[in-house]
Amino acid sequence: MLVKTKKRIYPKEEVCIGCHLCEIYCVLAHSGTRDLIKAFKKKDRPSPRVIVEEKEGVHVTFALQCRHCDDPLCIKACITGAMHRDENTGAILCDEEKCVGCWSCILVCPYGAIRRGENKKVASKCDLCIEKGDPICVQNCPNSALELVEV
Amino acid sequence: MKYVIIGNSIAAAGCIEGIRKIDNENEIIVISQEPYHIYSRPLISYWLSGKINEEKIYYRPWDYYEKYRVKPILGRKVERVDFDEKKLYLDNNDEIYYDKLLIATGGKPFIPNILGLAKKNVFTFIKFDDVKAIDKAICPGAKAVVVGGGLSGLKAAEALIKRGCEVTVIELAERILGSILDDEGAKLVQNELEKYGIKFVLKNSVIEILGEERVEKIKLQTQEEIPADLVIFSIGVVPNVDIFKDTPLKINRGIIVNTKMETNIPDVYAAGDVVEAFDLILGEKRVIPILPNAYIQGEVAGINMAGGDFEYEGSFPINSIGFFDIHMMTGGIVNPKEDCEVLKRLERDRKIYRKICLKDGRILGFIFINSFDRTGMIVDLMKNKVDVSGFKERLLLDNFGFLDLPKEVRREKIWRV
Repeated sequence: MLVKTKKRIYPKEEVCIGCHLCEIYCVLAHSGTRDLIKAFKKKDRPSPRVIVEEKEGVHVTFALQCRHCDDPLCIKACITGAMHRDENTGAILCDEEKCVGCWSCILVCPYGAIRRGENKKVASKCDLCIEKGDPICVQNCPNSALELVEV
Repeated sequence: MKYVIIGNSIAAAGCIEGIRKIDNENEIIVISQEPYHIYSRPLISYWLSGKINEEKIYYRPWDYYEKYRVKPILGRKVERVDFDEKKLYLDNNDEIYYDKLLIATGGKPFIPNILGLAKKNVFTFIKFDDVKAIDKAICPGAKAVVVGGGLSGLKAAEALIKRGCEVTVIELAERILGSILDDEGAKLVQNELEKYGIKFVLKNSVIEILGEERVEKIKLQTQEEIPADLVIFSIGVVPNVDIFKDTPLKINRGIIVNTKMETNIPDVYAAGDVVEAFDLILGEKRVIPILPNAYIQGEVAGINMAGGDFEYEGSFPINSIGFFDIHMMTGGIVNPKEDCEVLKRLERDRKIYRKICLKDGRILGFIFINSFDRTGMIVDLMKNKVDVSGFKERLLLDNFGFLDLPKEVRREKIWRV
Protein backbone atom coordinates (compact mmCIF):
# COMPACT_ATOMS: atom_id res chain seq x y z
CA MET A 1 0.00 0.00 0.00
CA LEU A 2 2.92 2.28 -0.63
CA VAL A 3 2.16 4.82 -3.36
CA LYS A 4 4.55 7.67 -4.07
CA THR A 5 4.28 10.56 -6.45
CA LYS A 6 5.53 9.83 -9.93
CA LYS A 7 6.06 13.43 -11.01
CA ARG A 8 7.51 16.55 -9.48
CA ILE A 9 7.94 20.06 -10.88
CA TYR A 10 11.24 21.84 -10.27
CA PRO A 11 11.83 25.56 -10.80
CA LYS A 12 14.87 27.07 -12.52
CA GLU A 13 15.44 30.47 -10.99
CA GLU A 14 18.18 31.32 -13.53
CA VAL A 15 15.70 31.51 -16.39
CA CYS A 16 12.43 32.54 -14.69
CA ILE A 17 11.48 36.07 -15.73
CA GLY A 18 8.62 36.50 -13.26
CA CYS A 19 5.97 36.87 -15.96
CA HIS A 20 3.30 35.07 -13.89
CA LEU A 21 1.99 33.18 -16.92
CA CYS A 22 2.14 29.97 -14.85
CA GLU A 23 -0.31 31.53 -12.39
CA ILE A 24 -2.59 32.73 -15.15
CA TYR A 25 -2.74 29.31 -16.80
CA CYS A 26 -3.15 27.63 -13.42
CA VAL A 27 -6.24 29.76 -12.77
CA LEU A 28 -7.53 28.83 -16.22
CA ALA A 29 -6.93 25.12 -15.65
CA HIS A 30 -8.96 25.15 -12.44
CA SER A 31 -11.73 27.51 -13.54
CA GLY A 32 -13.90 24.98 -15.32
CA THR A 33 -13.69 26.88 -18.60
CA ARG A 34 -11.20 26.82 -21.46
CA ASP A 35 -11.61 30.48 -22.20
CA LEU A 36 -9.06 32.75 -20.54
CA ILE A 37 -11.34 35.81 -20.64
CA LYS A 38 -14.26 33.89 -19.12
CA ALA A 39 -12.03 32.39 -16.46
CA PHE A 40 -10.82 35.81 -15.31
CA LYS A 41 -14.25 37.41 -15.46
CA LYS A 42 -15.58 34.84 -13.02
CA LYS A 43 -16.67 36.36 -9.73
CA ASP A 44 -14.96 33.80 -7.55
CA ARG A 45 -12.27 32.56 -9.83
CA PRO A 46 -9.88 30.02 -8.32
CA SER A 47 -6.67 31.30 -6.83
CA PRO A 48 -3.46 30.16 -8.54
CA ARG A 49 -2.00 26.99 -7.04
CA VAL A 50 1.51 27.90 -8.07
CA ILE A 51 3.31 30.62 -6.13
CA VAL A 52 5.58 33.03 -7.97
CA GLU A 53 8.26 34.14 -5.53
CA GLU A 54 9.41 37.71 -6.05
CA LYS A 55 10.68 40.41 -3.73
CA GLU A 56 11.31 44.06 -4.23
CA GLY A 57 15.01 44.72 -4.63
CA VAL A 58 15.76 41.06 -5.35
CA HIS A 59 16.49 40.15 -8.95
CA VAL A 60 15.60 36.51 -8.61
CA THR A 61 12.14 35.09 -9.27
CA PHE A 62 10.89 31.54 -9.50
CA ALA A 63 7.64 29.63 -9.33
CA LEU A 64 6.93 27.03 -6.69
CA GLN A 65 4.17 24.51 -6.25
CA CYS A 66 3.46 21.57 -3.96
CA ARG A 67 6.37 19.10 -3.92
CA HIS A 68 3.99 16.12 -3.57
CA CYS A 69 6.33 14.82 -0.85
CA ASP A 70 6.99 11.13 -0.35
CA ASP A 71 6.37 11.69 3.35
CA PRO A 72 3.79 14.47 3.38
CA LEU A 73 3.32 16.38 6.63
CA CYS A 74 0.13 18.03 5.34
CA ILE A 75 -1.66 14.68 5.26
CA LYS A 76 -0.48 13.83 8.78
CA ALA A 77 -1.57 17.20 10.17
CA CYS A 78 -4.93 17.37 8.39
CA ILE A 79 -7.73 17.19 10.97
CA THR A 80 -10.47 16.13 8.55
CA GLY A 81 -8.87 13.59 6.24
CA ALA A 82 -9.37 16.00 3.33
CA MET A 83 -5.69 15.96 2.43
CA HIS A 84 -4.98 12.62 0.77
CA ARG A 85 -2.84 10.89 -1.81
CA ASP A 86 -4.35 9.93 -5.13
CA GLU A 87 -3.94 6.18 -5.41
CA ASN A 88 -3.21 6.14 -9.10
CA THR A 89 -0.90 9.09 -9.64
CA GLY A 90 0.51 9.50 -6.14
CA ALA A 91 -0.31 13.23 -6.28
CA ILE A 92 -1.42 14.83 -3.02
CA LEU A 93 -4.88 16.33 -3.29
CA CYS A 94 -7.22 18.27 -1.03
CA ASP A 95 -10.84 17.18 -0.99
CA GLU A 96 -12.45 20.61 -0.85
CA GLU A 97 -15.75 19.12 0.28
CA LYS A 98 -14.13 17.80 3.45
CA CYS A 99 -11.73 20.67 4.21
CA VAL A 100 -12.91 23.03 6.98
CA GLY A 101 -10.15 25.62 6.59
CA CYS A 102 -8.31 24.96 9.88
CA TRP A 103 -5.02 25.63 8.03
CA SER A 104 -3.08 22.90 9.85
CA CYS A 105 -1.57 22.00 6.47
CA ILE A 106 -0.24 25.56 6.10
CA LEU A 107 1.23 25.26 9.60
CA VAL A 108 3.33 22.24 8.63
CA CYS A 109 4.15 22.54 4.91
CA PRO A 110 7.92 23.21 4.83
CA TYR A 111 7.58 24.75 1.36
CA GLY A 112 4.79 27.17 2.09
CA ALA A 113 3.16 25.62 -0.97
CA ILE A 114 -0.40 25.51 0.36
CA ARG A 115 -2.57 28.60 0.29
CA ARG A 116 -5.90 29.68 1.58
CA GLY A 117 -8.00 29.34 -1.54
CA GLU A 118 -10.55 31.71 -2.98
CA ASN A 119 -12.74 33.29 -0.28
CA LYS A 120 -10.27 31.87 2.25
CA LYS A 121 -12.56 28.92 2.90
CA VAL A 122 -10.57 25.85 1.96
CA ALA A 123 -6.95 24.94 1.33
CA SER A 124 -5.75 25.25 -2.22
CA LYS A 125 -2.72 23.51 -3.69
CA CYS A 126 -1.21 22.16 -6.89
CA ASP A 127 -2.86 18.95 -8.07
CA LEU A 128 -0.40 18.36 -10.94
CA CYS A 129 -3.41 18.87 -13.22
CA ILE A 130 -4.00 15.13 -12.91
CA GLU A 131 -7.38 15.36 -14.58
CA LYS A 132 -5.93 17.12 -17.57
CA GLY A 133 -2.70 15.30 -18.28
CA ASP A 134 0.44 17.36 -17.90
CA PRO A 135 0.67 20.35 -15.57
CA ILE A 136 -0.50 23.39 -17.47
CA CYS A 137 2.03 25.70 -15.78
CA VAL A 138 4.91 23.67 -17.18
CA GLN A 139 3.38 23.62 -20.66
CA ASN A 140 2.86 27.36 -20.73
CA CYS A 141 6.08 28.70 -19.27
CA PRO A 142 7.62 30.72 -22.11
CA ASN A 143 11.15 30.19 -20.82
CA SER A 144 11.00 26.55 -19.75
CA ALA A 145 11.69 27.68 -16.22
CA LEU A 146 9.53 24.86 -14.88
CA GLU A 147 10.69 21.32 -15.40
CA LEU A 148 8.51 18.26 -14.95
CA VAL A 149 10.64 15.43 -13.61
CA GLU A 150 9.53 11.80 -13.50
CA VAL A 151 10.60 10.42 -10.13
CA MET B 1 1.27 -12.10 13.55
CA LYS B 2 -1.59 -10.31 15.22
CA TYR B 3 -1.60 -6.54 15.68
CA VAL B 4 -3.90 -5.01 18.28
CA ILE B 5 -4.54 -1.30 18.83
CA ILE B 6 -6.33 0.08 21.89
CA GLY B 7 -7.90 3.31 20.71
CA ASN B 8 -9.52 4.40 17.46
CA SER B 9 -8.43 7.95 16.82
CA ILE B 10 -5.58 9.70 15.02
CA ALA B 11 -2.67 7.67 16.48
CA ALA B 12 -4.55 4.48 15.59
CA ALA B 13 -4.91 5.65 11.98
CA GLY B 14 -1.21 6.50 11.85
CA CYS B 15 -0.41 3.02 13.18
CA ILE B 16 -2.72 1.23 10.73
CA GLU B 17 -1.25 3.17 7.82
CA GLY B 18 2.29 2.62 9.13
CA ILE B 19 1.78 -1.15 9.42
CA ARG B 20 0.34 -1.30 5.91
CA LYS B 21 3.40 0.38 4.47
CA ILE B 22 5.20 -2.86 5.24
CA ASP B 23 2.73 -5.65 5.99
CA ASN B 24 -0.37 -6.06 3.84
CA GLU B 25 -1.23 -9.49 5.17
CA ASN B 26 -1.67 -9.78 8.89
CA GLU B 27 -4.81 -8.78 10.73
CA ILE B 28 -5.10 -5.56 12.71
CA ILE B 29 -7.65 -5.36 15.52
CA VAL B 30 -8.79 -1.95 16.72
CA ILE B 31 -10.67 -1.71 20.03
CA SER B 32 -12.51 1.40 21.09
CA GLN B 33 -14.87 2.31 23.89
CA GLU B 34 -16.72 4.61 21.53
CA PRO B 35 -19.20 3.10 19.06
CA TYR B 36 -18.16 5.32 16.15
CA HIS B 37 -16.27 4.82 12.93
CA ILE B 38 -12.91 6.60 13.20
CA TYR B 39 -13.67 10.32 13.61
CA SER B 40 -11.74 13.50 14.21
CA ARG B 41 -11.93 14.95 17.72
CA PRO B 42 -11.05 18.53 16.74
CA LEU B 43 -14.16 18.52 14.54
CA ILE B 44 -16.62 18.14 17.43
CA SER B 45 -16.80 21.94 17.85
CA TYR B 46 -17.42 22.34 14.11
CA TRP B 47 -20.27 19.83 14.37
CA LEU B 48 -21.75 21.58 17.42
CA SER B 49 -21.63 24.98 15.73
CA GLY B 50 -23.43 23.55 12.72
CA LYS B 51 -20.54 24.10 10.31
CA ILE B 52 -20.35 20.43 9.39
CA ASN B 53 -22.85 17.56 9.42
CA GLU B 54 -22.23 14.15 10.96
CA GLU B 55 -20.95 12.66 7.72
CA LYS B 56 -17.99 15.07 7.70
CA ILE B 57 -16.81 14.32 11.22
CA TYR B 58 -15.39 10.98 10.09
CA TYR B 59 -11.65 11.07 9.53
CA ARG B 60 -11.40 8.28 6.99
CA PRO B 61 -13.84 6.91 4.36
CA TRP B 62 -16.49 4.31 5.25
CA ASP B 63 -14.59 1.49 3.57
CA TYR B 64 -11.42 2.32 5.54
CA TYR B 65 -11.38 -0.70 7.87
CA GLU B 66 -12.21 -3.04 5.03
CA LYS B 67 -9.58 -1.59 2.73
CA TYR B 68 -6.85 -1.70 5.37
CA ARG B 69 -7.99 -5.12 6.57
CA VAL B 70 -8.83 -3.91 10.07
CA LYS B 71 -11.27 -5.64 12.38
CA PRO B 72 -12.86 -2.95 14.52
CA ILE B 73 -14.32 -3.87 17.91
CA LEU B 74 -16.31 -0.76 18.78
CA GLY B 75 -18.22 0.16 21.93
CA ARG B 76 -16.10 -2.20 24.03
CA LYS B 77 -13.84 -1.28 26.91
CA VAL B 78 -10.52 -2.96 27.61
CA GLU B 79 -10.73 -3.80 31.31
CA ARG B 80 -7.17 -4.95 31.75
CA VAL B 81 -4.06 -6.11 29.93
CA ASP B 82 -2.01 -9.11 30.97
CA PHE B 83 1.41 -8.29 29.54
CA ASP B 84 2.88 -11.69 30.50
CA GLU B 85 0.19 -13.66 28.71
CA LYS B 86 -0.11 -10.99 25.95
CA LYS B 87 -3.84 -10.87 26.46
CA LEU B 88 -6.49 -8.17 26.66
CA TYR B 89 -9.68 -8.67 28.67
CA LEU B 90 -12.76 -6.80 27.44
CA ASP B 91 -15.83 -5.68 29.40
CA ASN B 92 -17.89 -8.50 27.83
CA ASN B 93 -15.35 -11.06 29.12
CA ASP B 94 -13.84 -11.62 25.67
CA GLU B 95 -10.12 -12.31 25.65
CA ILE B 96 -7.94 -11.06 22.83
CA TYR B 97 -4.39 -12.23 22.20
CA TYR B 98 -1.80 -9.94 20.61
CA ASP B 99 1.67 -10.33 19.12
CA LYS B 100 2.23 -6.58 18.89
CA LEU B 101 0.19 -4.06 20.85
CA LEU B 102 -0.24 -0.31 20.43
CA ILE B 103 -1.62 1.69 23.35
CA ALA B 104 -3.33 4.75 21.87
CA THR B 105 -5.82 5.55 24.60
CA GLY B 106 -5.38 9.32 24.25
CA GLY B 107 -6.24 11.81 26.94
CA LYS B 108 -9.16 12.16 29.29
CA PRO B 109 -10.59 15.44 30.48
CA PHE B 110 -9.32 16.75 33.78
CA ILE B 111 -12.18 17.70 36.10
CA PRO B 112 -11.48 19.40 39.43
CA ASN B 113 -13.04 17.74 42.45
CA ILE B 114 -15.73 20.29 43.36
CA LEU B 115 -19.21 20.07 44.86
CA GLY B 116 -22.21 19.45 42.62
CA LEU B 117 -20.53 17.72 39.70
CA ALA B 118 -23.22 15.01 39.55
CA LYS B 119 -25.95 17.44 38.50
CA LYS B 120 -27.52 17.34 35.04
CA ASN B 121 -26.03 19.50 32.29
CA VAL B 122 -22.44 19.26 33.46
CA PHE B 123 -20.34 18.29 30.44
CA THR B 124 -16.83 17.72 29.19
CA PHE B 125 -15.70 18.58 25.66
CA ILE B 126 -13.60 15.88 24.11
CA LYS B 127 -15.80 13.23 22.49
CA PHE B 128 -18.53 13.10 19.88
CA ASP B 129 -20.97 11.96 22.59
CA ASP B 130 -20.10 15.09 24.63
CA VAL B 131 -21.28 17.44 21.88
CA LYS B 132 -24.30 15.27 21.12
CA ALA B 133 -25.35 15.67 24.75
CA ILE B 134 -24.60 19.42 24.73
CA ASP B 135 -26.60 19.77 21.50
CA LYS B 136 -29.67 18.34 23.25
CA ALA B 137 -29.21 20.57 26.30
CA ILE B 138 -29.00 23.96 24.57
CA CYS B 139 -31.46 26.35 23.02
CA PRO B 140 -31.07 29.96 21.92
CA GLY B 141 -30.64 32.15 24.98
CA ALA B 142 -29.33 29.31 27.16
CA LYS B 143 -26.72 30.45 29.64
CA ALA B 144 -23.51 28.48 29.28
CA VAL B 145 -20.44 28.57 31.48
CA VAL B 146 -17.22 27.22 30.00
CA VAL B 147 -14.54 26.41 32.54
CA GLY B 148 -11.14 26.84 30.92
CA GLY B 149 -9.99 29.44 28.40
CA GLY B 150 -7.65 27.20 26.45
CA LEU B 151 -7.90 25.91 22.89
CA SER B 152 -10.82 23.55 23.32
CA GLY B 153 -12.69 25.70 25.83
CA LEU B 154 -12.69 28.62 23.41
CA LYS B 155 -13.75 26.38 20.50
CA ALA B 156 -16.65 25.27 22.71
CA ALA B 157 -17.49 28.89 23.54
CA GLU B 158 -17.41 29.88 19.87
CA ALA B 159 -19.72 27.02 18.88
CA LEU B 160 -22.20 27.91 21.65
CA ILE B 161 -22.28 31.58 20.59
CA LYS B 162 -22.99 30.45 17.03
CA ARG B 163 -25.90 28.42 18.42
CA GLY B 164 -27.33 31.48 20.13
CA CYS B 165 -26.27 30.79 23.72
CA GLU B 166 -24.97 33.34 26.20
CA VAL B 167 -21.44 32.31 27.09
CA THR B 168 -19.15 33.08 30.03
CA VAL B 169 -15.63 31.66 30.08
CA ILE B 170 -13.94 31.19 33.46
CA GLU B 171 -10.15 31.05 33.37
CA LEU B 172 -7.80 30.58 36.29
CA ALA B 173 -4.81 32.29 34.67
CA GLU B 174 -4.58 36.00 34.01
CA ARG B 175 -4.92 35.54 30.26
CA ILE B 176 -6.74 33.24 27.85
CA LEU B 177 -4.84 30.71 25.72
CA GLY B 178 -2.06 30.85 28.29
CA SER B 179 -0.11 27.96 26.82
CA ILE B 180 0.12 29.32 23.26
CA LEU B 181 -0.03 33.12 23.51
CA ASP B 182 1.61 35.95 25.43
CA ASP B 183 -0.23 38.85 27.14
CA GLU B 184 -0.23 40.99 24.01
CA GLY B 185 -1.62 38.26 21.77
CA ALA B 186 -4.16 37.09 24.34
CA LYS B 187 -5.53 40.62 24.75
CA LEU B 188 -5.95 40.97 21.01
CA VAL B 189 -7.82 37.67 20.73
CA GLN B 190 -9.93 38.31 23.84
CA ASN B 191 -11.06 41.69 22.49
CA GLU B 192 -12.22 40.01 19.29
CA LEU B 193 -14.09 37.27 21.15
CA GLU B 194 -15.78 39.85 23.37
CA LYS B 195 -17.10 41.57 20.25
CA TYR B 196 -18.97 38.37 19.46
CA GLY B 197 -20.51 38.33 22.93
CA ILE B 198 -18.29 35.97 24.91
CA LYS B 199 -17.81 37.19 28.49
CA PHE B 200 -14.60 36.44 30.34
CA VAL B 201 -13.88 36.01 34.03
CA LEU B 202 -10.10 35.74 34.50
CA LYS B 203 -8.02 34.84 37.56
CA ASN B 204 -10.95 32.95 39.00
CA SER B 205 -12.27 29.41 39.28
CA VAL B 206 -15.47 27.48 39.93
CA ILE B 207 -15.73 26.04 43.45
CA GLU B 208 -19.28 24.70 43.41
CA ILE B 209 -22.12 23.85 41.08
CA LEU B 210 -25.47 24.87 42.53
CA GLY B 211 -29.00 23.73 41.70
CA GLU B 212 -31.58 21.06 42.39
CA GLU B 213 -31.24 18.22 39.90
CA ARG B 214 -29.65 20.27 37.18
CA VAL B 215 -27.24 23.18 37.06
CA GLU B 216 -28.79 26.50 38.02
CA LYS B 217 -25.80 28.53 39.14
CA ILE B 218 -22.08 28.23 39.61
CA LYS B 219 -20.15 29.64 42.52
CA LEU B 220 -16.76 31.24 41.98
CA GLN B 221 -13.71 31.33 44.23
CA THR B 222 -14.57 34.99 44.86
CA GLN B 223 -17.99 33.79 46.21
CA GLU B 224 -19.73 35.43 43.26
CA GLU B 225 -22.55 33.39 41.68
CA ILE B 226 -23.30 33.18 37.97
CA PRO B 227 -26.60 31.77 36.62
CA ALA B 228 -26.03 28.82 34.30
CA ASP B 229 -28.14 26.31 32.36
CA LEU B 230 -25.08 24.24 31.51
CA VAL B 231 -21.42 23.99 32.46
CA ILE B 232 -18.64 22.66 30.25
CA PHE B 233 -15.34 21.65 31.82
CA SER B 234 -12.50 22.16 29.41
CA ILE B 235 -9.50 22.69 31.64
CA GLY B 236 -7.18 20.25 29.97
CA VAL B 237 -6.51 16.60 29.28
CA VAL B 238 -4.41 14.09 31.15
CA PRO B 239 -3.03 10.85 29.69
CA ASN B 240 -5.62 8.10 29.88
CA VAL B 241 -3.65 5.39 31.69
CA ASP B 242 -6.15 4.16 34.32
CA ILE B 243 -6.19 0.54 33.17
CA PHE B 244 -2.40 0.33 33.38
CA LYS B 245 -2.07 1.34 37.02
CA ASP B 246 -0.49 -1.52 38.99
CA THR B 247 1.08 -3.05 35.87
CA PRO B 248 4.80 -3.07 35.04
CA LEU B 249 4.21 -0.48 32.29
CA LYS B 250 6.44 2.54 32.98
CA ILE B 251 4.42 5.73 33.28
CA ASN B 252 5.53 9.17 34.31
CA ARG B 253 2.86 11.77 33.45
CA GLY B 254 2.34 9.87 30.22
CA ILE B 255 3.57 6.46 29.09
CA ILE B 256 7.33 6.49 28.61
CA VAL B 257 8.54 5.48 25.14
CA ASN B 258 11.82 5.42 23.25
CA THR B 259 12.39 6.82 19.74
CA LYS B 260 10.82 3.70 18.21
CA MET B 261 7.68 4.32 20.31
CA GLU B 262 8.42 1.15 22.30
CA THR B 263 7.40 1.05 25.96
CA ASN B 264 9.44 -0.78 28.59
CA ILE B 265 7.45 -3.96 27.86
CA PRO B 266 8.51 -6.04 24.84
CA ASP B 267 6.12 -5.85 21.83
CA VAL B 268 4.11 -3.06 23.47
CA TYR B 269 4.15 0.36 21.82
CA ALA B 270 2.38 3.62 22.67
CA ALA B 271 1.57 6.78 20.69
CA GLY B 272 -0.45 9.98 20.77
CA ASP B 273 -1.81 12.02 23.68
CA VAL B 274 -1.08 9.18 26.12
CA VAL B 275 2.73 9.29 25.76
CA GLU B 276 5.64 11.45 26.75
CA ALA B 277 7.76 12.08 23.70
CA PHE B 278 10.82 14.17 23.00
CA ASP B 279 10.41 17.96 22.79
CA LEU B 280 13.00 19.21 20.30
CA ILE B 281 13.06 22.75 21.65
CA LEU B 282 13.08 21.99 25.38
CA GLY B 283 15.29 18.95 24.92
CA GLU B 284 13.25 16.83 27.33
CA LYS B 285 10.40 14.35 27.27
CA ARG B 286 6.86 15.57 27.83
CA VAL B 287 3.28 15.10 26.70
CA ILE B 288 2.60 17.15 23.56
CA PRO B 289 -1.04 16.45 22.81
CA ILE B 290 -1.41 17.77 19.28
CA LEU B 291 -2.95 15.97 16.33
CA PRO B 292 0.00 15.82 13.89
CA ASN B 293 2.13 14.30 16.69
CA ALA B 294 -0.43 11.59 17.32
CA TYR B 295 -0.45 10.60 13.65
CA ILE B 296 3.33 10.68 13.24
CA GLN B 297 3.97 8.72 16.45
CA GLY B 298 1.32 6.18 15.50
CA GLU B 299 2.90 5.78 12.09
CA VAL B 300 6.40 5.31 13.55
CA ALA B 301 5.00 2.69 15.96
CA GLY B 302 3.18 0.91 13.12
CA ILE B 303 6.26 0.72 10.89
CA ASN B 304 8.31 -0.72 13.77
CA MET B 305 5.55 -3.14 14.83
CA ALA B 306 5.55 -4.53 11.29
CA GLY B 307 9.29 -5.16 11.43
CA GLY B 308 10.52 -1.91 9.92
CA ASP B 309 13.13 0.29 11.50
CA PHE B 310 12.09 3.89 11.95
CA GLU B 311 12.75 6.52 14.60
CA TYR B 312 10.61 9.37 15.85
CA GLU B 313 12.62 12.55 15.62
CA GLY B 314 10.71 14.44 18.30
CA SER B 315 8.63 17.57 17.90
CA PHE B 316 7.41 20.66 19.71
CA PRO B 317 3.93 22.09 20.25
CA ILE B 318 2.46 23.81 17.19
CA ASN B 319 -1.09 25.02 16.80
CA SER B 320 -3.32 26.49 14.13
CA ILE B 321 -6.59 27.75 15.54
CA GLY B 322 -9.18 30.37 14.75
CA PHE B 323 -12.32 31.86 16.23
CA PHE B 324 -14.85 33.77 14.13
CA ASP B 325 -12.60 35.79 11.82
CA ILE B 326 -9.38 35.85 13.83
CA HIS B 327 -6.86 33.10 13.18
CA MET B 328 -3.54 32.33 14.79
CA MET B 329 -0.61 29.98 14.47
CA THR B 330 1.83 29.45 17.31
CA GLY B 331 4.73 27.14 18.06
CA GLY B 332 7.48 26.32 20.51
CA ILE B 333 8.31 28.64 23.40
CA VAL B 334 6.39 31.92 23.22
CA ASN B 335 6.97 33.25 26.75
CA PRO B 336 10.68 32.66 27.20
CA LYS B 337 11.92 32.79 30.78
CA GLU B 338 15.61 32.85 29.99
CA ASP B 339 17.25 35.78 28.29
CA CYS B 340 16.60 35.49 24.61
CA GLU B 341 15.98 37.82 21.74
CA VAL B 342 12.37 38.76 21.01
CA LEU B 343 11.24 40.36 17.76
CA LYS B 344 7.73 41.78 17.56
CA ARG B 345 5.43 43.47 15.10
CA LEU B 346 2.04 44.61 16.27
CA GLU B 347 -0.51 46.38 14.07
CA ARG B 348 -3.44 46.94 16.39
CA ASP B 349 -5.75 48.44 13.76
CA ARG B 350 -5.30 45.46 11.43
CA LYS B 351 -5.24 43.05 14.39
CA ILE B 352 -1.97 41.63 13.19
CA TYR B 353 0.69 40.38 15.58
CA ARG B 354 3.92 38.58 14.80
CA LYS B 355 6.39 37.57 17.47
CA ILE B 356 9.56 35.52 17.14
CA CYS B 357 11.72 34.29 20.03
CA LEU B 358 15.35 33.57 19.21
CA LYS B 359 18.32 32.13 21.03
CA ASP B 360 21.81 31.79 19.52
CA GLY B 361 20.31 32.58 16.12
CA ARG B 362 17.80 29.70 16.33
CA ILE B 363 14.04 30.15 16.47
CA LEU B 364 12.62 29.01 19.83
CA GLY B 365 9.02 29.90 19.16
CA PHE B 366 6.57 32.17 17.37
CA ILE B 367 3.12 33.74 17.55
CA PHE B 368 1.42 34.80 14.33
CA ILE B 369 -2.04 36.32 14.56
CA ASN B 370 -3.92 37.14 11.33
CA SER B 371 -0.65 36.89 9.41
CA PHE B 372 0.30 33.27 8.97
CA ASP B 373 0.75 32.40 5.30
CA ARG B 374 3.60 29.92 4.80
CA THR B 375 4.14 29.41 8.54
CA GLY B 376 5.30 25.86 7.79
CA MET B 377 8.55 27.31 6.45
CA ILE B 378 9.23 28.85 9.88
CA VAL B 379 8.38 25.56 11.63
CA ASP B 380 10.82 23.84 9.27
CA LEU B 381 13.60 26.33 10.16
CA MET B 382 12.89 25.61 13.85
CA LYS B 383 12.93 21.86 13.38
CA ASN B 384 16.24 21.96 11.53
CA LYS B 385 17.72 24.49 13.97
CA VAL B 386 18.74 26.77 11.09
CA ASP B 387 20.71 29.87 12.07
CA VAL B 388 18.43 32.75 11.05
CA SER B 389 20.48 35.65 12.42
CA GLY B 390 21.31 36.83 8.88
CA PHE B 391 17.65 37.41 7.97
CA LYS B 392 15.81 37.45 11.31
CA GLU B 393 14.00 40.76 10.71
CA ARG B 394 12.37 39.27 7.65
CA LEU B 395 10.63 36.64 9.75
CA LEU B 396 8.22 39.39 10.80
CA LEU B 397 7.06 40.06 7.23
CA ASP B 398 3.57 39.01 6.15
CA ASN B 399 5.01 37.71 2.89
CA PHE B 400 8.05 35.88 4.24
CA GLY B 401 9.18 33.42 1.59
CA PHE B 402 12.07 31.55 0.02
CA LEU B 403 13.63 34.72 -1.36
CA ASP B 404 14.25 35.82 2.22
CA LEU B 405 16.53 32.82 2.72
CA PRO B 406 20.17 32.68 1.59
CA LYS B 407 20.46 31.14 -1.88
CA GLU B 408 22.14 27.91 -0.77
CA VAL B 409 19.55 27.30 1.99
CA ARG B 410 16.75 27.96 -0.47
CA ARG B 411 18.16 25.66 -3.16
CA GLU B 412 18.88 22.88 -0.72
CA LYS B 413 15.30 23.05 0.55
CA ILE B 414 13.50 23.16 -2.78
CA TRP B 415 15.62 20.46 -4.38
CA ARG B 416 15.82 18.19 -1.33
CA VAL B 417 12.87 16.02 -2.34
